[in-house]
Order: sequence, then structure tokens, then C-alpha cells
Amino acid sequence: MSGRVLVGVKRVIDYAVKIRVKPDNTGVVTDGVKHSMNPFCEIAVEEAVKLKEKKLIKEVVAVSCGPQQSQETIRTALAMGADRGIHVDVSGKDYENLGPLQVSKILAALAKQEDAQLILLGKQAIDDDCNQTGQMTAALLDWPQGTFASEVSLEGDKINLVREIDGGLEHIKINTPAVITADLRLNTPRYATLPNIMKAKKKKIVTVKPADLGVDVTSRLEVLKVEEPPQRQAGMKVETVEDLVVKLKEAGRV
Amino acid sequence: MAAVGALSRIARLGSRICKNRVTLSGNSQRRGIAACIDPSHGLTDEQKEFQKVAFDFAANEMAPHMAEWDQKEIFPVETMRKVAQLGFGGIYVQPDVGGSGLSRLDTSIIFEALSTGCVSTTAYISIHNMCAWMIDSYGNKEQREKFCPDLCSMEKFASYCLTEPGSGSDAASLLTSAQRKGDHYVLNGSKAFISGGGDTDVYVVMCRTGGKGPKGISCLVVEKGTPGLSFGKKEKKVGWNSQPTRAVIFEDCAVPVANRLGEEGQGFNFAMKGLNGGRINIASCSLGAAHASVQLARDHLLVRKQFGETLSNNQFLQFKLAEMATKLVASRLLIREAAQALQEDRPDAVAICSMAKLFATDECFNICNQALQMHGGYGYLKDYAVQQFVRDIRVHQILEGTNEVMRMIISRNLLSES
Repeated sequence: MSGRVLVGVKRVIDYAVKIRVKPDNTGVVTDGVKHSMNPFCEIAVEEAVKLKEKKLIKEVVAVSCGPQQSQETIRTALAMGADRGIHVDVSGKDYENLGPLQVSKILAALAKQEDAQLILLGKQAIDDDCNQTGQMTAALLDWPQGTFASEVSLEGDKINLVREIDGGLEHIKINTPAVITADLRLNTPRYATLPNIMKAKKKKIVTVKPADLGVDVTSRLEVLKVEEPPQRQAGMKVETVEDLVVKLKEAGRV
Repeated sequence: MAAVGALSRIARLGSRICKNRVTLSGNSQRRGIAACIDPSHGLTDEQKEFQKVAFDFAANEMAPHMAEWDQKEIFPVETMRKVAQLGFGGIYVQPDVGGSGLSRLDTSIIFEALSTGCVSTTAYISIHNMCAWMIDSYGNKEQREKFCPDLCSMEKFASYCLTEPGSGSDAASLLTSAQRKGDHYVLNGSKAFISGGGDTDVYVVMCRTGGKGPKGISCLVVEKGTPGLSFGKKEKKVGWNSQPTRAVIFEDCAVPVANRLGEEGQGFNFAMKGLNGGRINIASCSLGAAHASVQLARDHLLVRKQFGETLSNNQFLQFKLAEMATKLVASRLLIREAAQALQEDRPDAVAICSMAKLFATDECFNICNQALQMHGGYGYLKDYAVQQFVRDIRVHQILEGTNEVMRMIISRNLLSES
């Protein structure tokens, strides 16, 4: 086993920014808006670095797909303790249409190229909320997947995982190599320290193009329209429970 | 980091001011960044990283406790040790003794960001940094190795002792005497308004070993627990309540000669050099408070309605906000220029640092005060952070050299024959 972990990190609009829809309804405003690493990706990086500190894995490689600015996100991962970075350069229209299917094809190709033992991702990105990349990557590689992980422990060449599911907590054991997606309670990401930020400057980031990995990034999806959620309507008061049931039936809710 | 912290916290309360006051002190409001006052403009990628860590830390670890630390007068030792783990305990101290070896500009950026979380605590951290730097820069090998690592990790805390009941602005007239007796100095006298006094471990003390005036002053490092070292009562202050302030009293206090930094008579020189950096740091703390206050004011104007519309539609308030933002950015630029000048040891460094301290502390206080005014009656309540910013930075116009003394320094630079 190579002892190498690939961690996917996505550059997204910062969680605290108020999102505005573009006037032409083709998307949201991203120019000049503050961006940062997707919070679930931060948790994934933290888990990878923890595994390395426990000496269970040997190398953490941070990967990001996007334009030049994605390198900032990789640098943050390096400052948290990743060893090196791979920036998959996707810009312009390709970047606007980049979705989970293309990213998972890229990650699958990189996993093979880097001989990765484990792929750690955030469960979803806070911009599109797709929650698909981890699952698709596992399918493309025909690897087991441990999604919504709230606890991860390595045991030999197997992984014990606790998953947060609707019914409660599910304990599973999967083989490696595998894909794990991080949920909120997996860990609390560390702050990068000043010395680590400075060390991160010396770590390498390699840039590749999707074509180099044999991946076609054309999208199979077309965004028709992006609009704000409807304004909240006023509610209605009713006198009796019977009235409530009648109204619910009228609205087609029951 | 910040995002995860916010997500894990219980769902955001609504923005209606009357019902949910506490929210306005919450982190989420402060992180909304208006482009023209964005403090990351003009910084290198690396500086942006430092700044991000400092902002995240301030939002997550300091801002939620800022009011409690103020009201209960808590010296947040654990939080400061976390700050030190990030490398902020000795930011411009050299790495070989545990410091981070960064520049004055990097330091200013970091303190500005931390200050948005709690001015009082950040101001203390900056004083602690200055003490660590003084020992690092002017101490010999033994002194650096003995004191600096523990200060950089904040295993031990430091206080800076220059001011006395009888000598504030006229610092060179200090009276605390240090009489040489063999391999010890015996100290007698008292220091006033010492930040951290009584709770800290290492005291960097300016005392008189020689004759009158600046040339008779030397710098001694005194450790807590030394017989003859005692403290006055904890002062009750308008702000800066997360750091205790006490008189430091020396009664036949014997300090080893080995604890003297540099030679006899060099103390005042060290003090003046230390103050240049200290002035930039204090000004940076004012800057952080003003930045946070502008954001609080802006958010309030967008929410509060009177006369049928939000306050943000009122032209007077729009113009006032614009003026606040302009003065904020002007202060920031002057401080960063001063930091550069100090780093490069330019001939005008002392004057520029004084200008930055004078301008920024005055303007930033006005900004915070104006932000309080914009909050109306709510601004006067301790549930809202803006009043704490006003109270905390008021003293920045007084210490590290009063703004009157800053004018003395600047006019001297302008009027003296070169």
C-alpha cells in the first residue's frame, strides 16, 4: 500500500457572504466575492492530516479543480499539513459547467496515477449541495465508499467507519482502497499556525489539465435558470382541526 | 475553522434587533466583507493566509467571549495559550528562540484581525510580544534562551514596566532605583498602570542605575516570586478589562545583574525603540475595533427601520458611514506604511510611527463612537459589542505615548535642524 491519501478541496463562496443572483439569472455573483475552502473539505483535510500524524498513512496530497485561484485553496490545505498539491486547471466556461461527474472522473484518474490508498472528500459543497462526487468517484473506481463519516479508524487494510444516517449511526467496515466523505462531526479542523503557513510556501503544487488525465470535462447538464427562492407567503389561521384538514387537502398536502 | 464553527452552532437567530440582541455580537455579522474596506487589499498571499487565520481565530475563539471577559474581568489565559500555539506569542521574535520571525507589517495585520475579536486581549498580547522582542533583541544568549521560549509559547506571561506614579509622559524622569550590590541590583520604587501586573510571570523593568535623565536608566528582567516584589490593588477601568492592571512595587527587591539587558544606561534607548513597534501595534488594535464597528454599523443600518424605511436610506447616515469607511482605510494605510518604515529602519520611522499612532487611534475612536451613535439607544447597551469597542480603544489615545506626546515627536522632526 502506497500510504498515500488524496484529499479533494473545493474553492467556494465563503459561507458568511450574502449570495446574490446575477441579473441575467444565469448564476450567482462570484466576481469580487470572498471565497474560501468548503467547510466539509476542511474537515476532510484535518482527518487526513490526523491520520498522517498517527503514522497510519504516509502522504497527504491536496487536489483542487478550478481556475488559478484554486491554488489558494490548496495552499490552505498545505498550511494545515498536506504534503503537496495538485491543481487541475479548469477555467472559463468549462469551470462554470464543472460538476460532480467531471470532478469524480478527474479524481478517479488521479487516484490511479498517484496510486492512492484512500480518497477523502467533504460530503458536499456548500454552493451546489450536490453530495455526489464521493459516491460517483467510488463507483468509477469500483472502490467501497464510506459516506457521511463521523468517525474513521484504520485497522490493518480495512477501515472502520461510523456513518451518520437518518436512523442514527451506522457502523461499517470497508476494504481499502476506499472513498470516504466527511460529515460535520468527524473532527474540528485546526487553525493553520504561522510556522506551517510559512512552510507551506515551500511545498509543491503541480498544475495539470483534465486532458492530460484523459478526462473530458464537457457537461451533460445545462443550467436553464437561477433565481432567488420565492418570498415567504403569509400563513393562514384556522378555527378548528377540521378546518385545518380541509385546508391541507385543498393545498394537496394531505 | 470559522465556517465549521458557525455551522455547528445552533441555527442563526433572526435578524430582528429587538428580539435577538445577542446575534449582533455574533461572528456571522462580522465576516460580511464590504469590498472597499476589505483589509486584505494589497497583501501578499502569505499575509492573506496569516490574516485569515487571525480573523478566523478572532471570530471563533474570542468574539463569543469578549463581553464575558469584559464584564467578569477574566484574564483569558487558555485562549491566549491557543493564540501562542498559532505562533502569535512572539510574532517578531526570532525563530531560534521560539518566535515566528515575521515582519512588523505581518504583526500589524495579525493584531488588526485579532482585535476584531477582543481589543483588550489583543492589546495585552501585543504588550507581551513587545516584552519578548525586547529580550530577544537586546538580551545576551543566556537571557534569550532562558526567557524567550516560554514567552513565545505563553507558558509564561510578560509585563512591561516603565510608567510610574510620578512619570508618565516624562518617562525619563523615572525614580525606581537599582543600586548595585555585588552580583545583584537592589530595586526600590513603584510602577503604575502595569498591564498584566500581578498575574504575569516576567517583568521587563526600566530603572535608574545611574544619574538623572535618560542615560541613567537600565533595563532589568524581574521574575515573579522574587522577594521584595509585590503588587497594588487591581485597578477598576472603563475598558481593557480582560487584562488586570496593577501597580508593581519594589521594596529592597534583589535582582541578579545577569538579568540586565544590555549595558547600564542603555535602558531608555531600548524603551524608545520598543515604543515604535508598540505604537504600531496599539494603532493596529484600534484599527481592528474600527473595522468591526463599521461592519456592525453597516449591518444595523440595513436592518433598523424608522419612518417607514431602513436607516440605510437616510442620506446623512449614508454619508456618515462613507466618512467612517474612508477614515478607516486612511488609518490602515498609514499604519501599514509606518510598519514598513520601521521594518526597513528608515530615518523617518520614529516620526511616521508617531503619526500613525496619533491619526489612527483618534480616527478609529471617532469611528467606533459614531458607530455607537448609529445604533441609537441599543448602542448604549452592553448586549451590543459596539460599546465595548468604544470603551476598549479609548485608552489607546493615552498609552504608549499620549497623542499629545506624538505631536511633540512629529513637530520635533519637522522643526529640528538636520
